[in-house]
Amino acid sequence: MIHDFTYLRPGNVKEALAMLAQHRDGAKIICGGQSLLIIMRQGLVVTEYLVDIKGLDELNCLIYDSRAGLKIGATTTHRTIEKSRLVKEKYPVLVAMEEKLASIQVRNWGTIGGNLAHADAAGDPAPVLIALNATVTIASSAGGRSVPLEEFYPGLFETVLSPDELVTEVLVPPPPAHTATVYQKFNLLESDQGIVAVAVSLSVSDAGICQDARIVLGNAAPIPIRAKNTEKLLIGNKLNEEIFTKAGETAGEEADPVADIHASEDYRRHLIAVLTRRMTKEAWEQACQV
Amino acid sequence: MEKQLLRFLVNDQEYELFINPKTLLVEALRDHLGFAGAKRGCDTASCGVCTVMVNGMAVKGCSVLAVQVNGMNITTVEGLEKDGKLDPVQAAFLDEGAFQCGFCTSGMIMSARAFLNETPAPKDTMEIRRGIEGNLCRCTGYNSIVRAIDAVAKGKYREGA
Repeated sequence: MIHDFTYLRPGNVKEALAMLAQHRDGAKIICGGQSLLIIMRQGLVVTEYLVDIKGLDELNCLIYDSRAGLKIGATTTHRTIEKSRLVKEKYPVLVAMEEKLASIQVRNWGTIGGNLAHADAAGDPAPVLIALNATVTIASSAGGRSVPLEEFYPGLFETVLSPDELVTEVLVPPPPAHTATVYQKFNLLESDQGIVAVAVSLSVSDAGICQDARIVLGNAAPIPIRAKNTEKLLIGNKLNEEIFTKAGETAGEEADPVADIHASEDYRRHLIAVLTRRMTKEAWEQACQV
Repeated sequence: MEKQLLRFLVNDQEYELFINPKTLLVEALRDHLGFAGAKRGCDTASCGVCTVMVNGMAVKGCSVLAVQVNGMNITTVEGLEKDGKLDPVQAAFLDEGAFQCGFCTSGMIMSARAFLNETPAPKDTMEIRRGIEGNLCRCTGYNSIVRAIDAVAKGKYREGA
């Protein structure tokens, strides 16, 4: 049963920010509501005011610029990203990730900004976007700031957002040369959330050496985490089967998973090791070809 | 709590409701307007029996606030029949016996319709299965449903076919 609330529909971002500044902790933001409405119905979220930003078309955009990269407005739906030719060409991993996010119905209504702000450790977009080195743009009536997505989550279901702040866009830098990013989650039904997930981005130098690595583990800790020990193993090396296997083992060790109904802690570590091995290999092979 | 005015089109007919803003789309359709085709199932955006189209897109009516579709165009399963003639998807479901208990049927048909609108010529049955990924059926094992959608895609129900 959803508790009663007062519904507010701002006409633009400025109005939305003024409402948040006025009601602060008393207000929650709804966009697609594909996660929020479920927890409101479960009584886990009770709010006095609900600020509905779903209709803010000024935040519904996908813009690519070869210097700035891709700007995704917060109210852009998952389906818009999934169907975008631009995204498919520049960041195919985002399309592959979206195609397996929940169901078509959820992707039709749910938005990228809402998904990131919901801060579910099992969410699909965050690990991929962190691997792509994305930042989120945050606005408030007092001004704005930009935060690397990697630093956006202080803890489980928490973000660095103040009550008067709103995520307005996600910025993904232009894809660096000779770089490939891949993502895979492990689940029993294709459209479920991942029991664990691994995103890997690798850059290869002209000399065939791994120049940069960003490995992000999803649902392997209270928040999406970088597997930094694993990355160190890769950088500066020419990668081979032995290193892929070692990378998997290291990622399994540096993860901090919990046991739940879906998997034990040990099983999660095992899955992370397997996926990290496969994804580093796949990213390496792709990066060597582009 | 302040009630909100909601004006929208349901199956090409204009409606105006004055409702509690916490009302879900599926509640507005079923409880306020009597379109009982959209069912309430899991209530957690998992099962898909509440699927309706909003501006042509399949969405889960249990996970959308009714006030969010203000000014929009809703299609429920009741709106598919035109001039006493079933939609091809409905006809195909009958011909293929694509249901047993029938509880998933209206949501399944709405997802199938939205899928075929977007993808009139799916390349294989796997693509059809992906098109109904958001809808659960616990009776049929899906094969008869996929056959029905495939028959429509292959033109079996086209005028003059």
